[in-house]
Amino acid sequence: MRMRRPWALSRRRFLKTSGAIVVAFAMPPAVLGSHPDAAGAAPARNASADPAQLDSWLAIAGNGSVTVLTGKVELGMGVSTAFAQIVAEELDVPVRAVSVVMGDTARTPDQGGVGGSTSISIGAKPVRQAAAEARRVLLDLASARLGAPAAQLSVRDGVVRRVDDPTRTASYGELIGGRHFDVALTAGGGSYTLGVTGSARPKSPDQYTIVGTSVPRIDIPDKATGRFTYVVDVRVPGMVHGRVIRPPVPGATLLRAEDAPGVPGLIKVVTRGNFAGVVAETEWGAIQAARTLTLKWSITTATWPAMADLYAAMWAMPARTRRVMAQVGDVDGALASAGRTIQARYEWPFQAHAMMGPGCAVAEVRDRGATVWSSTQHPHQLQRGIAELLGFPADAVHVIWVEGAGSYGRSGAEDVAGDAALLSQAVGRPVRVQWMRADDTAWDPKGPPVVMAVRAGLDERGTIVAWDYLARAFSGSGIPPSPATAGNLLAGQLTGRSAAGVDVPTTVQENYAFAAKRKVGEIVPWPQDGSPLRTSNLRAPSQPATTFGGESFVDEIAAAVGVDPLEFRLRYLRNPRDLAVVRAAAQRAGWTSRPSPQSGISRSGLATGRGIAYAPRGNTLVATVAEVEVNQATGQVHVTRLVIAHDCGLIINPDGLLGTIEANAVQSTSRSLKEEVHWGPSGVTSVDWVTYPILRAPEIPDHIEVVLINRPDLPPFGAGEPASVTTAPAIANAIFDATGARLRTVPFTPARVKTALQHRA
Amino acid sequence: MNGDPTDRRRQVAVLAASPLAPIPSGARRLAVNGTVHSVRLPPDTPLLYVLRDELHLHGPRFGCGLGQCGACTVLLDGTAVRSCTLPVSAVGDLPVTTLEGLGTPDRPHAVQQAFIEEQAVQCGYCINGWIMTTVSLLAKTPNPSDPQIRSALSGLICRCGAHMRIFRAVRRAAQQRS
Repeated sequence: MRMRRPWALSRRRFLKTSGAIVVAFAMPPAVLGSHPDAAGAAPARNASADPAQLDSWLAIAGNGSVTVLTGKVELGMGVSTAFAQIVAEELDVPVRAVSVVMGDTARTPDQGGVGGSTSISIGAKPVRQAAAEARRVLLDLASARLGAPAAQLSVRDGVVRRVDDPTRTASYGELIGGRHFDVALTAGGGSYTLGVTGSARPKSPDQYTIVGTSVPRIDIPDKATGRFTYVVDVRVPGMVHGRVIRPPVPGATLLRAEDAPGVPGLIKVVTRGNFAGVVAETEWGAIQAARTLTLKWSITTATWPAMADLYAAMWAMPARTRRVMAQVGDVDGALASAGRTIQARYEWPFQAHAMMGPGCAVAEVRDRGATVWSSTQHPHQLQRGIAELLGFPADAVHVIWVEGAGSYGRSGAEDVAGDAALLSQAVGRPVRVQWMRADDTAWDPKGPPVVMAVRAGLDERGTIVAWDYLARAFSGSGIPPSPATAGNLLAGQLTGRSAAGVDVPTTVQENYAFAAKRKVGEIVPWPQDGSPLRTSNLRAPSQPATTFGGESFVDEIAAAVGVDPLEFRLRYLRNPRDLAVVRAAAQRAGWTSRPSPQSGISRSGLATGRGIAYAPRGNTLVATVAEVEVNQATGQVHVTRLVIAHDCGLIINPDGLLGTIEANAVQSTSRSLKEEVHWGPSGVTSVDWVTYPILRAPEIPDHIEVVLINRPDLPPFGAGEPASVTTAPAIANAIFDATGARLRTVPFTPARVKTALQHRA
Repeated sequence: MNGDPTDRRRQVAVLAASPLAPIPSGARRLAVNGTVHSVRLPPDTPLLYVLRDELHLHGPRFGCGLGQCGACTVLLDGTAVRSCTLPVSAVGDLPVTTLEGLGTPDRPHAVQQAFIEEQAVQCGYCINGWIMTTVSLLAKTPNPSDPQIRSALSGLICRCGAHMRIFRAVRRAAQQRS
């Protein structure tokens, strides 16, 4: 089993192994060139594979190897391995026999792309159904060949046998190898919800022998030895190198460009509107040209709010959209009659995706079409956005997904594809663009800030009788994550287009049974187009913020009424899965019942404490216990231990899941303690790993323990994001437990912690 | 691989064995993974782009171009260095080893094997730096303590957060060597 990328095979081998359905675009660019017709294949028709055909999802070669085709893509969490397991399970083949082709607009069904931790929960469903359907067809074929009804046949390792005479066999390769299934499915939904139905019934979980086991990830041996091909490694014949130069500040108009003097191999300085780039024969030449190019801009001072005023400005702006997301009981009445009310405000900053490898793409724009290699999370959407940017019909553009450096949402991966497309169009050659560090850290779309105001009414026994939660954020056209329009690409914005979207307010997710509850999301406007502070989706979009507000506030109420924070939460949880996940985390952590802050706190020296937070994200449930050390002299916080209980329904691959949760916990600890995008009048000043620091090895939590709760009776839910939402409030609650100081603004930098320590009661 | 590919004597021997290979004008010799190459990129070109764009090696990767993250790490005469800030002209005759030079999927280096066994990767873009720096660390400190491991790896960035498994992989590699 391995990842199969389009150029990882010779065309001849591909035709031989996967039948005729996936012929035209199988050539490796470095071997055969990326022109579909260069290899003598059919002219480019880039309409997506028809999801109502089994052949669009799955092919079996003469040697029995299985190729799965999916519009979902791998983001580094092991989803491709999980897909291979799911298919191997349904087909009764070894996992190593399965290859996974992902995210190719000419070959794979359009499944919308990746987002919301849905690749397994939704995206794998049609793949599983297709595999089950293929098994049914293969058993029918075997039945005819072996002269026995399907009920009297068994399958093992891709070989069908008569139960009554095991010497009579037919392999999958013999039955269908290299030929079409020609079986219709019924497709329903579309994009993210695309599903198929057929006449086969997938296995029930009690029959699973491959799903639910820790199959090693298929990509790691190649990644650990330098054989893996990332998007940065794509090379096509005639390819040259591009770099981009951004405006100094949003709203700046490009007045004039002067050629970079004396740069060898410079092919062209490209300007179009406020888009500027250079193309050179070599990568180093392009970098030098971009550095030495002189550009004159209309303004060099930004008019956006001062960074220190951001949260005040967000509260002062009139809301563009206000939506009541949940309403239970009479909140205003209960607040008015409550014996005691408590309120607090919380703040979450701009954060960067800051991909390890700055955004990279290769584009080859021809007279009437284009091929783009991109690590986009949304290949089929990007196809439409690039086509609009270049002035082509959508099916003239072929987007080939190639794995990139992490992703974590709508990063810069799509924007750099737009850059490469414009530069390739300008020079008539294939252009590879990799952003420089600052192009990514400063100019990738940002996870948006969120401000929250929460109120609660308590009765005389300290019971919550009303809960009033308000979150304000930038959204709608302020969150243009979809690359399906040119205006949602930075290159489109710099050439005169505008971002488009719909207003989707954010709110907190929790399942507390408060007698009266209101959750409101508001959207405030924010200048987006052509700005390094344009906003997009960053892992579990806005939920780390909203859960920080909600779960910090629950802790504040528990402290106000002098009740242990775990016990206080359990009072309001009813759902057995909620209760189980919270109890599992507490039990593993060795939680002892007492109110926070702990008694007898010394106000100097090293303080230690523990905190808990819980949240659902969709159907997945997470509870995190954090243990911290706070240096009260410096304000430095070190997380000594994280315990995470995680229930995402049926588990496909326990070890892969553990790895994803551990990494998610580390990344979210980094976001909690360190990460905040800085800016000033001259632009974004977080431009590299010094000015946008993230957690480094000595700062990583000493211990991370994960409790997996497997639910074979439930479908698989998502796991890519949920463990990131409970970390910040668990740490804030632990800091409070240790010191009595409440942190209401992320990140918990030493300066902020010292200020909170000075202001504690 | 025959013996330790990072062994300096072996690499220097490779370099010494080919002094008569004709070098085209404007080109320079570069010993990478036990083979002497003739490379043509200008002398101020950082080694990283020579390795990637001229020799088509994928192991060292561009992360920052500033020496801040370590994604571009290679071994220069056995010591981990940042190839993104090292002009190719500064390499001279010193042997360069990249991730590819350590081992293959079928015959991985002990450190690569430990990273595979611990599944110490999320996206893996950074993993080159962690593996190469670990090779360099264990050559000098065969049995590092946990604080020594964290300190020695403090110059590296992993954005996905695979650190816990990376630390386990380093410990495993150290145990397997001892």
